[in-house]
Amino acid sequence: MKIEVAGENSLIVYFGETTAPEISAQVQQASKKLAVALGDLIIDQVTSYASLLLIFDPLRVDQLAIRKVIKQTLEASSADDSSQSTDSQTCLELPVYYSEESGPELQLISQNSGLSIDEVIALHQSLTYRVYAIGFAPGFAFLGQVDERIATPRLSTPRLKVPRGAVGIADRQTAIYPDVSPGGWNLIGLCPSRMFDPEATPTMLVTVGDEVRFKAISKDKFHALGGEIGDFQ
Amino acid sequence: MSKAQTGFKVIQPGILSLLQDAGRFRQHSIGLTNGGPLDHHSFNWANRLCSNDHNACVIEASIGGLTLESQVDTQIAFTGGDAVLTINGEAAVSWQTHIIKSGDKIALGFSKYASRHYLAVKDGFNIEPMFGSCATVVREKLGGLTGSALQAGDRLPCSSVTKIQSLKLAESHRPDYSGDITLRVILGYQQAAFSHIEKARFFNNEFMLSDKCDRMGFRLTGPEIQSGISGMLSEGICYGAIQIPADGQPIILLNDRQTIGGYPKMGAVFSLDIPKLTQRMPGTRIVFEAITIDEAQRQLHLYHYRYKNTELIPSQ
Repeated sequence: MKIEVAGENSLIVYFGETTAPEISAQVQQASKKLAVALGDLIIDQVTSYASLLLIFDPLRVDQLAIRKVIKQTLEASSADDSSQSTDSQTCLELPVYYSEESGPELQLISQNSGLSIDEVIALHQSLTYRVYAIGFAPGFAFLGQVDERIATPRLSTPRLKVPRGAVGIADRQTAIYPDVSPGGWNLIGLCPSRMFDPEATPTMLVTVGDEVRFKAISKDKFHALGGEIGDFQ
Repeated sequence: MSKAQTGFKVIQPGILSLLQDAGRFRQHSIGLTNGGPLDHHSFNWANRLCSNDHNACVIEASIGGLTLESQVDTQIAFTGGDAVLTINGEAAVSWQTHIIKSGDKIALGFSKYASRHYLAVKDGFNIEPMFGSCATVVREKLGGLTGSALQAGDRLPCSSVTKIQSLKLAESHRPDYSGDITLRVILGYQQAAFSHIEKARFFNNEFMLSDKCDRMGFRLTGPEIQSGISGMLSEGICYGAIQIPADGQPIILLNDRQTIGGYPKMGAVFSLDIPKLTQRMPGTRIVFEAITIDEAQRQLHLYHYRYKNTELIPSQ
């Protein structure tokens, strides 16, 4: 564990430098424990792959006091539960309409990998993914990691418009665009589920630490579940 | 409060006029950014002048061009940029309150050098909060009336107030937003990955504010700064963070920044200096100066002490 300054009222705690479920679980546990230990001295937190950004109220507490609480809280926890993931994870199955019509980069990934389009689709469904981080846009969940054979770098020219529900791959990450936005991920299908709905409770289908699987559905099923094939620009 | 929908009518929305409170907090876990005023100093004074709650909802008008018509008797305060505000065609002094009658027309001209204007109304605009805040973040389609900038014909509800106190801020306390600027920086994040030479280049040279500036971030141009980092995991981004991508040109991340990102960062601009930056126009020259986090916290306490103990003066 390493603590660095981020800004005048924020510290960032690093738990590693790689994408791994064990490190992500440590970040999650630290986030929960520090939320309890620091209460409303914390204005916000950002959990990511291997780090936790803690933003505190600088008029009520200083960085030295926060550092002390971080050390005490996290050292105590690493002694007693050796950073095992104790979360009762939920595994959500998300339907995806994979096709060249709904996934304009399927062809590209197939060419790069030497796999058929059907194999690319099968590989994307073959693994259970972990939610490593939420950010970029409301409800945008970074899932990892995809099979190395279908890992693909971001598009050199991002699209101006990616439709809601688009399922993409960037390196070994995969994600669903919760709303229309610009974006540079390689798109392979469309998911009819609303990942983020400000009117709903909860607003998001997943939280960091959850597990997600994908399951192919037909075009008819996609429409029956309320999906629409939006614009790719 | 319960009296439906009287308030101000938007005749012309101007360049970019947004309803803002102090910002949306404790929502990073679902990916929501903060929003809120680009110049928190002028925002705070606008609400103080109207004796409002510090989190009351105001209009932030960038550059200018906003025209409103009042349908209530109330009081407004105007702070921030240098565009001229007129009430029924007569120039209204900024950094003080003004009495408004139903039917009055309030028009904002255009700024020459200081671009963010704050228009507060007594008791604030009465806007339904989303995720705990009425701050408008257009990128997220959240806040304000409909998650977008003000449009002609919008009605901004507020209460009718007759009992008011006319106040102004002493001239010696008003900020000067003209000229070039020095921004204090708290070194942090990947700062250790920048060599001494790169840090010296960063702190001993001038940068220029480019025209690529929006509520997410302000991009600078200047000498190329290299971090020596080729790839890193995405991580949380704080307010004011200075991101330095591969092209070596710094981006200062602001109110509507994305909450996580994967570019190396030198640290963060001190929040008290951010209004100096966000008020400026492209072409402004910028120099950075390093301060420690402990010095920044001392300065913050002094600022808040002075802010709380500065008394407004009765006007008229």
